[in-house]
Amino acid sequence: MSRLRLFIPLLVFAGLAALFWKGLSLDPNYMPSALANRPLPAFTAETLDGGAIRDTDLHGAPALLNVWATWCPTCAAEHAYLNELARRGVRIYGLNYKDDLQAARRWIQSKGDPYIANILDPAGRLGLDLGVTGAPETYLLDAEGVIHLRHQGPVDERVWRTVFEPALAGMGSGRRAP
Amino acid sequence: MRWLVLWMLLFCPVVLGGIEAREFASADEQERYLRFTAELRCPKCQNQNLADSNAPIATDLREQLYRLLREGRSDDEIVDFMVTRYGEYVLYKPRIEPRTWLLWGGPFLMLAAGMVVAVSILRRARARHPTGLSDEERTRLARILGDESLR
Repeated sequence: MSRLRLFIPLLVFAGLAALFWKGLSLDPNYMPSALANRPLPAFTAETLDGGAIRDTDLHGAPALLNVWATWCPTCAAEHAYLNELARRGVRIYGLNYKDDLQAARRWIQSKGDPYIANILDPAGRLGLDLGVTGAPETYLLDAEGVIHLRHQGPVDERVWRTVFEPALAGMGSGRRAP
Repeated sequence: MRWLVLWMLLFCPVVLGGIEAREFASADEQERYLRFTAELRCPKCQNQNLADSNAPIATDLREQLYRLLREGRSDDEIVDFMVTRYGEYVLYKPRIEPRTWLLWGGPFLMLAAGMVVAVSILRRARARHPTGLSDEERTRLARILGDESLR
């Protein structure tokens, strides 16, 4: 018994090592969306080209909802890849977040338009309901408009492969091949 | 010195410009506003509360908080509003629920465990070195003390 007790420090060490190994390898900036597995909040809004849009308009097939703004430099870096995804047949909706309408229109004209439609959110109220913390952020919605995940930061090839593709595959619905 | 004062005056308006002017209906409402901005965490900046953060989202959330307070929402409603959008993450003071029992109770469990260990160590030490005197020692002590008192 007293022999076994000698191993207590070793066990404590092993426990702490395991704890720190796990804890320190976590990304402290990772923040899952509070709306994961919940439907997109109900909204009606104007679109960038002057139409109207509501939450149910996004239903029908899996889609991305990309939060962007012209004041966001990372969004500019991300834009080319969004164009690429749109070319591959990925459905992308935009949420133009706290932006200037004219600047946003110019941006789409000069950089290309990967979006099916752009929801205008000049005051950031819809962003607030979505739990947006900044731009860019990209939400993955299924065909029923349920939020599957939220990615903070730019979407690029690596993020698409490691984050979005597995989630899309998990949905089980017909993902369009790239 | 004069230059320093001038310099400081120069920056005064800039600093004041960064402060949001809010009007509250009552001192109680103001107290709740200050309490919430201190207890709610900025979702963007990890280790700052809403009051300290200059992030745009923190500004928006202060604005929203103010709006909710003016609408007369209760504390619970305000916490719910924030948590449904930004998750438990935004609460610097986590709610007491089954999931957080360990978090809240942990320190007390640790204290209890420490006390158990301390008591057992003390008991064992006492068992090893009994402080009680034997009869022989007691008579010797009495003799010594007696001798002392004779002096």
